Amino acid sequence: MVLVVAEQRGGKLNRATWEAIAAAQQAGGPVKVALLGSGLDAPAAELAAADVAEVIVVDSAALEEYTADGYVAALAGLVERESPALVFLAHTYQTRDFAPALAARLGRPLVTDVTAIKKQDAAITYTRPVFQGKLTAEIGASGPAPHFVTFQIGAFRADAAGRGAAPAPVRKADVTIDAGAIRQKPEAPFKEAKQSVDLSQAERIVAVGRGIKAQEHLKIAEQLAQALGAELAASRPICDAGWLPMDRQVGSSGQTVAPKLYLALGISGAIQHLVGMKGARTIVAINKDAEAPIFEIADFGIVGDLFEIVPAMIAELNK
Amino acid sequence: MKIAVCIKQVVTREWQLRVNDAKTWIRDQDASFELNEPDAYALEEALRLKEKHGGEVVVCSAGPARAAQVIREAMARGADRAIHIESDALAAADAFAVADAIAAAIRDEQFDLVLTGLQSDDQGFGQVGVVLAQKLGMPHATIIMEVQVSPSSGSEPGSLRVKRELEGGWFQWMILPLPALLTIQSGINQLRYATLKGIMAAKKKEIRKVTPSSAPVDAPALRILGVHFPEKGKKTQMIAGSSAEAAKELIKRLREDARVI
Repeated sequence: MVLVVAEQRGGKLNRATWEAIAAAQQAGGPVKVALLGSGLDAPAAELAAADVAEVIVVDSAALEEYTADGYVAALAGLVERESPALVFLAHTYQTRDFAPALAARLGRPLVTDVTAIKKQDAAITYTRPVFQGKLTAEIGASGPAPHFVTFQIGAFRADAAGRGAAPAPVRKADVTIDAGAIRQKPEAPFKEAKQSVDLSQAERIVAVGRGIKAQEHLKIAEQLAQALGAELAASRPICDAGWLPMDRQVGSSGQTVAPKLYLALGISGAIQHLVGMKGARTIVAINKDAEAPIFEIADFGIVGDLFEIVPAMIAELNK
Repeated sequence: MKIAVCIKQVVTREWQLRVNDAKTWIRDQDASFELNEPDAYALEEALRLKEKHGGEVVVCSAGPARAAQVIREAMARGADRAIHIESDALAAADAFAVADAIAAAIRDEQFDLVLTGLQSDDQGFGQVGVVLAQKLGMPHATIIMEVQVSPSSGSEPGSLRVKRELEGGWFQWMILPLPALLTIQSGINQLRYATLKGIMAAKKKEIRKVTPSSAPVDAPALRILGVHFPEKGKKTQMIAGSSAEAAKELIKRLREDARVI
């Protein structure tokens, strides 16, 4: 049995949960889904539409707000009782916060950021990126079951998750959590002062990465954006350095965009960036490194010096 | 406050990766190395906390002899001393093995705060910090963008208020008691660089070398079966020629084929 750990906040399911369900269905065998929180009727009913054997709800006031300690305690009890062969999770920030502690507590192996699994007899091989996606590794795991696996966002399609002919049964698990043992005290989630730039509405985006090298070089990217009628955006390191404001950042910690044209200048294409822009219709990559992962998802690519190519593009556009 | 910072030596981003003959890892004999970027932010945060609250910053690295390079650099930036768990096997070991080795080396030192980067630029499992917290019995919080400390006073134990980054521009403050472990997000602060004075001072600072004990045979473990360059998912049209020719051709294709400008 594969146990999928769903993710919800305020009763709203994370879309990546459906990706983990799709991965579990493709792995073969029965699939169960665990849902943790408080007051979970709506998301439990939503999950019951999936083609799964059962939805197991752990409903506790102590789980109303996510905490690592609360989730580790609840899931350690649940996993020991259900004894699945595999536990699947979406590789979200929340999963990254508790899954390693859960696996360590149970003494079970954990493979993170997986993009594909291959089953051969009883052995499973996990495929995942290393070196920021510049290489792909095949990983084997040993140790007692279950093995914990987290899936890279977008590696499986949420709409590939099969729906059942009838709703799956929903069962409340009898797990007691000692609220006093939860050491993290969370406050309400918030957004920083409202974003002044809504990149999600932009038709064209020129985005810069480390390859721009210095803040004063942003000028040529701005000129190109102007010539194309595009918004200027950046990968995380540029915003970390303070060269552009955080609200211009595209990627898992910034905005998710889907413009007609996404032109990536000197962006190598770490997965944290790709998840924010791979929905763009046409992707152009200009990078001096022919092995940069950005070229794997680009429609058009130029390997070369952006400080020569960009001025030439501006000249061509202004002709 | 007594702060440990876990750092890792990784190959530089600029180094052209080459796969070893067995196709199980990179051929890094002639690679250049640097401090893992998120770890550099963790170190900077530790140095700032020490400046504000006093105490000591100890860097801890698990890796081969060459990791001494990043340990010296960290001490040149201001760390007071170091613990080097020296082992060739730990260079590409899984997170549990690394966390076990670090936990064994630092447990007796009774740190108030342990910082790590949120993940490494090479293996990128993003696990060592959280697994280490579990092994040390400390509460943890991950992907941290701000740290506020309320030091202990009298019988009141100290606590932290930290800003966690959630996805899509959301954040959340969280309070946790000391001692605790935090994984630090890149961009939490502005990095300092080593001064000449710092580099000179680092030469006199202590590096405690530790030999890791071998892991129990039944411990859960990951094994790299092979590495390869990724296949292209899309048919990418690569445009060749001089910069001027390529620029012209790209504009033409964006206008006529893709019709996006």
